[in-house]
Amino acid sequence: MLKRIFQAPPRYWLILVVVVFFAGLPTVVTSFQSAEWAEVMIFAVVIMGLNILVGYSGQISLGHGAFMALGAYTTAILIHRYQLNYLATIPIAGLVTGLVGFLLGFPALRLSALYLALATFALAVVTPSLIKRPEQLTGGVQGILLLPPDPPQFAKDMFAAVTGTPMTSDQWIYYVSFACALVLFWLAWNLIRHRPGRALRAIRDGEVAAAASGINIAGYKTLAFGISAFYAGVAGSLYGLVIGYVSPDTFPASLSFQLLAGAVIGGLASISGPLLGGIFTFWLPIVSSQFVAGQDWIPAQISSVFKNAGPAVSYGALLILIMIFAPNGVSGLILSTYTRLRRRLRGAGEPGSGQIPPDHQTVESPAT
Amino acid sequence: MQEFLQQVLSGIASGGIYASLALALVLIYNAMGLVNFAQGEMAMFATFLAFTLIDHGLNYWVALPLTLLLAFAAGVLIQRVVIRPVERAPILTLVIVTLGLATLFNGLAGFLFGYVPRSFPSPFSVLTVNLAGAFVSYRDLGVMGVSAVVLVLIYLLLQRTTLGLALRAAAHHPDASRLLGVRVSWMLALGWGLASAAGAVSGIMVAPILLLDPNMMQTVIIYAFAAAVLGGIESPLGAVVGGVIVGVTVNLAGAYVPGVGGDLQLAVAFAIIVAVLVLKPNGLFGHAAVRRV
Repeated sequence: MLKRIFQAPPRYWLILVVVVFFAGLPTVVTSFQSAEWAEVMIFAVVIMGLNILVGYSGQISLGHGAFMALGAYTTAILIHRYQLNYLATIPIAGLVTGLVGFLLGFPALRLSALYLALATFALAVVTPSLIKRPEQLTGGVQGILLLPPDPPQFAKDMFAAVTGTPMTSDQWIYYVSFACALVLFWLAWNLIRHRPGRALRAIRDGEVAAAASGINIAGYKTLAFGISAFYAGVAGSLYGLVIGYVSPDTFPASLSFQLLAGAVIGGLASISGPLLGGIFTFWLPIVSSQFVAGQDWIPAQISSVFKNAGPAVSYGALLILIMIFAPNGVSGLILSTYTRLRRRLRGAGEPGSGQIPPDHQTVESPAT
Repeated sequence: MQEFLQQVLSGIASGGIYASLALALVLIYNAMGLVNFAQGEMAMFATFLAFTLIDHGLNYWVALPLTLLLAFAAGVLIQRVVIRPVERAPILTLVIVTLGLATLFNGLAGFLFGYVPRSFPSPFSVLTVNLAGAFVSYRDLGVMGVSAVVLVLIYLLLQRTTLGLALRAAAHHPDASRLLGVRVSWMLALGWGLASAAGAVSGIMVAPILLLDPNMMQTVIIYAFAAAVLGGIESPLGAVVGGVIVGVTVNLAGAYVPGVGGDLQLAVAFAIIVAVLVLKPNGLFGHAAVRRV
């Protein structure tokens, strides 16, 4: 038994390190930083869903912010009007959004990837104005306030035992998001390694061949849409809880674009990609504006403008550069560097070395 | 009746604006099978250039062609520098690159010009003229006129010149054209330049109406998408007809359909996009796509 554990492939060790790192994070950072990392977890979840749709089934969605909005508003309305427990609303929000996504998957079947991108782009732009309309339900422009949830007693006790300080609601929400992310990543990993994952990849790489092999194209494509929306719904629900309110401006069109950008930059068709994408999506705007604000030699006038525009400039430029130079995203870049290094160290001829798993190549392989 | 006619006429005027931008989308779609999500932001940026030129004391009618030239050059440059390296990449990569371009231009405009909405000059007065019982502003008439001129010019270029022939040939049969000595890659760049200029026209026309700020084109691009999709995304004529239909429909829906009002006009455009894509994906003038497997 012990021997088996020690001989586990390195990636299992890596997963363990990452999980332990994120489990322990709130015990070392401040409560506010925990809330920030909770958002990272949430972005990772929605990007994982996007990854299933875009990376594995080959359908492009530029409208996942709309699904997040649906999840967030489901949670907010259930809590606000029906006094439901916030934890109970998370799966409900996921299921409601998943169902809507599944139904939207049917018209999406008729669209090529490009048209689907166009239609979902329009959806992302229309969403804020659609939310404002049913004012009694959504609170219109003001939105709905959500009270920060109080951590349960057992969590308080455990946290106090480890850190000696009482647990804040931000830290609790972090752990809720972390748990959701863990479960959903595990589910995605299983989904991808088994029959549905293989079917989706087959559809992505050649629809006609997949159909000829007996794969139910319509079924799997709508399923991918539904699952992807489910992830976005859960993420949206958590997002509302972390921020403490939902309003139409919480879900601008740019959120949807940033999510897809995050998915691509992290690396499509990989499991680690969405986590990197989540980190990137959340931190890049903040880091780039703080970096400029912290530079004394830049006049305050410019740096204040850059605070607004800077993230967009750096985001856009990075996106283009990554697409040109590393179309497999950061995780693809890390993987290929690792493989190259290992090949260098072990010598090229050895069997089983230097092979990038086909998964990480197929999405962006150049068309011939 | 008179009000109805007025709504239709002002719808046609906005339709001309959407048509120019939709035409830009069609040009790039024809060149490389791609919907350029950055088209609106490129047009917005060009409008800021025009604003700067006019602000420095240039006459409007000098600044306009100068801006179009600059926009054309910028379009060619973008194709050469940004698009060319990923020309053969899968569609997802191209879509992401255009999104990156859109974000980049939006941020750059905010950085250089700020987010305060500015009023943009129009050479046409907002006074109205009585036209068969309906009152139309000179501005609306001017918009229609300028859009029509641009559309006719592009039509003549594409259909009546050797260059236009080479452009179309490169788009439809790149390999055969290359064999016949057409420099296909440069034709693509030319297509981007033309599209950029056509888009700039729509930006400059819409700016006096909407006020100029970096997010100005975000709604206009949706109407242009609707126009391009409705007309059949590969048809220049379709883009024009689609633009006018979308402009009029959206205007009438805002005025007469209860519950739509000004704020849900965008949702009408969205509904048009979805309805056309689901019911008649080739639009009014498009050809059914035949694919070999």
